[in-house]
Amino acid sequence: MLTAEDKKLIQQIWGKLAGAEEDVGAEALWRMFHSYPPTKTYFPHFDLSQGSDQIRGHGKKVVAALGNAIKNLDNLSQALSELSNLHAYNLRVDPPRFSLQFLSQCLQVVLATRLGKEYTPEVHSAVDKFMSAVAAVLAEKYR
Amino acid sequence: MVHWSAEEKQLIASVWGKVSVEECGAEALARLLIVYPWTQRFFDNFGNLSSPTAIIGNPKVRSHGKKVLTSFGDAIKNLDNLKVTYSKLSELHCDKLHVDPENFRLLGDILIIVLAAHFSKDFTPACQATWQKLVGVVAHALAHKYH
Repeated sequence: MLTAEDKKLIQQIWGKLAGAEEDVGAEALWRMFHSYPPTKTYFPHFDLSQGSDQIRGHGKKVVAALGNAIKNLDNLSQALSELSNLHAYNLRVDPPRFSLQFLSQCLQVVLATRLGKEYTPEVHSAVDKFMSAVAAVLAEKYR
Repeated sequence: MVHWSAEEKQLIASVWGKVSVEECGAEALARLLIVYPWTQRFFDNFGNLSSPTAIIGNPKVRSHGKKVLTSFGDAIKNLDNLKVTYSKLSELHCDKLHVDPENFRLLGDILIIVLAAHFSKDFTPACQATWQKLVGVVAHALAHKYH
């Protein structure tokens, strides 16, 4: 459960990314495809070469969605409702925990490389909890 | 048997060569206990684990973290012979310590985040991919003797 302190830390840390969201998203995706090749199976229609426009575009989308979730931490279910439907009925990423764990790991690695010491254990914990909460909401409608 | 390319071995060695086993080990274990508090169940006799500050400053956490990462170093020296190298350790974790192998995966992922924070841009995607493979293989070897 996200505490008030967690929410504050998440918002603070996200604020530090201002302007770099697209890079962060693209890099997180690229790392995910590289470290966990099975995740590529969901993107057969993409050019998955490094720096591809599609990876950048999709990374930007993902980060924007996370940014929106962060603005609505008290009501994640509602904020992510559309995406929840999309993942359950259209995308059917399988199982959602699975891929989001990999995306969560890679996003955190990107944050850690950029923030260094500022990616403290408390921040790490808050972000990990947040990504788990996002994964849970996205998985809500699977069955 | 897992195959390691020359490039992968290089990426492992170059990162490991710059790691302080004591600092990194302490930090990784502390983060495990902080980010996944249920893992504290294995460390009832460690004393004060009541807050992140307490955990980070706890001398038993530091010393055990160093032990764990030193053992990880053994794995790195024996990449082609991991299951045998970790055979006794695997039995220990199953029969005496009763640790769910899922925890090995958690610690592996945390170690990677610690390395990322430490090495910054130098912890490239290729580096991460190799290390994710490494922690996965180590976790697998540690779980191998479970019954």
